[in-house]
Amino acid sequence: MLLHTHIHIRRRQIRSQLVRTAIILCTVLTLLPLLYILAYIIRRGIGVMHLSFFLQLPKPVGESGGGIANALVGSLLIVGMATLMAVPVGISSALYLSEHPKGKLAGIIRICLEVLTGIPSIVVGIVAYYWLVRPMGSFSALSGSVALAIMMLPIMIRSAEETLKRFPLHLREASLALGVPYYKTILKVLLPCSLSGVVSGIMLSIARVIGETAPLLFTAFGNPYLTANIFHPMHSLPLLIYNYAISPYENWHQLAWGAAMVLLVWILLLNVLTRIMIRKWSVQY
Amino acid sequence: MTRFLMAKPLRLSAPQAYPTTDKPAFRPDKLSPAYAGQHKGNSLLKYISLADRKDKLFRRVLWMGGLTILCLVLGILLTLIVGAIPSLQAFGIRFLWGKVWNPVNQVFGALPFLVGTLLTSFLALLISIPFSLSIAIFLGEYFPPVKGRNRFAHLVREAVELIAGIPSVIYGFWGLFVLVPVIRKLEMSWHVLPYGVGIFTASLILAIMIIPYAASLGREIIALVPQDLKEAAYSLGATRWEMIRHVVLPYARSGIFAGLLLSLGRALGETMAVTMVIGNTSEIPQSIFSPGNTLASVIANEFTEAASRLYLSALIELGLVLFVVTTCMHLIGKTIIHRFSA
Repeated sequence: MLLHTHIHIRRRQIRSQLVRTAIILCTVLTLLPLLYILAYIIRRGIGVMHLSFFLQLPKPVGESGGGIANALVGSLLIVGMATLMAVPVGISSALYLSEHPKGKLAGIIRICLEVLTGIPSIVVGIVAYYWLVRPMGSFSALSGSVALAIMMLPIMIRSAEETLKRFPLHLREASLALGVPYYKTILKVLLPCSLSGVVSGIMLSIARVIGETAPLLFTAFGNPYLTANIFHPMHSLPLLIYNYAISPYENWHQLAWGAAMVLLVWILLLNVLTRIMIRKWSVQY
Repeated sequence: MTRFLMAKPLRLSAPQAYPTTDKPAFRPDKLSPAYAGQHKGNSLLKYISLADRKDKLFRRVLWMGGLTILCLVLGILLTLIVGAIPSLQAFGIRFLWGKVWNPVNQVFGALPFLVGTLLTSFLALLISIPFSLSIAIFLGEYFPPVKGRNRFAHLVREAVELIAGIPSVIYGFWGLFVLVPVIRKLEMSWHVLPYGVGIFTASLILAIMIIPYAASLGREIIALVPQDLKEAAYSLGATRWEMIRHVVLPYARSGIFAGLLLSLGRALGETMAVTMVIGNTSEIPQSIFSPGNTLASVIANEFTEAASRLYLSALIELGLVLFVVTTCMHLIGKTIIHRFSA
């Protein structure tokens, strides 16, 4: 009888161990192909990393070499403009949400933010097309920026609000008790204390939209030439990857792999920078 | 000045914890008749009244920022509806189960894309469940990445987050050049038409893309299971697996379901990677290996080519359908998770 119980317990323990091993194996098995994708992109992309890759325009079909200068400039401009548009709206609405945590409008805005988070990126592209491309009569970098700005908002606001609402009551009251007006309390006490969250929200949202292709397909559209005119079509890194990946030319594939690697490195750097900033700037109350 | 002097009815509401919202304006002229009109000369009072006005302006700015978000969402919805009107008028509700999508004859039906979208998304979800769940249990239960301990767990979590940040166009690119040839070979050995591209390939790519997202959601949910419940199971003599099986998973069931919904919503709306590997035909897919199209991919492919008003409008109606479906899934999922963690 005792032996029987012993065997039973043993069996259960072995089963528990087996499941544990299976889960560890499964995790490693899942991560390996995912890491393989990263390694593959770096392996294909590292070959084209010359100075000319960053400085030249793409060569026409048939000629080898060339670079992605137009897409780099375009990406920087489009994302930069999107950031300029999204930051004022994002920060003021994050402040509104953290200042009125239980308000009626705040509740509605929260639902709206969820809707914005879940919205497919291609739909944002359609909307930006309707709002800007149709009235202006041509594809433009500006419309692409608007689309990206809409996608940046929810991430930025969520991160900023998380930090803003942790701001302790006593600091706020101390400031108000000194006779500091409300707006100065917010701008000079609350915002500097929450800087890590606000700035990391901005950086994370940049990292999120820098690789977005779908909203740019019919807004920024793409352009094989270097341009800085925001009312003209403009190229960007993800658009270039898409266009060249589905083209049949080997040289263009090479450029696309290089662009993919640049994009990855860019996103990685943004993420690392955000981490460092959070660690350095976050305030312990 | 007139605005400052205009009397605003004093609000009689419940006392607030601190005077940040709806603070009654500071009115020196109300304190004593002697102050009325005098603050013009008094620099302190002038300062206060200026600060007061700036406060009001500041509050107004914050309010406008919040309102912008609301307007954006309403604007998006309205734009899609208005854009879809010509198609709605032409086809009505039949649009949803129309089998033919023929831009040349101006006949548009959404069924091929609905089938394609549902097939790829559900298949992707099915493929990803075991993997994302095992990562979630791994990180949530076996090796929680606590600060300063568990190097390996930290590494896994960082890797998952890193992979979640890869743009979808890069997944598509990789899929086109690595996955498609592999699938083509497989299809040849399985004796089906070796397209390489198609529903199955798209589902695989989608599965790879949603695993990190689903895993990090699941980890958060599993980490929320209360410690005392787990310890109660241990004290009754349960092994670790029995504890997970009979305590953690049942407790986290609703949360995991919500996580699945959110992942599904993400898979439904995913555009670029799918567009690159699904093959892009507007026929109803005959099997999971045949090429097809999803709602998002057909928009991405044909939007710039849409020559007629009706064509464009039909594409926008597809966008509207996509928007409504993904938004509903997202909102339901978030509500369940919100309740779960509350």
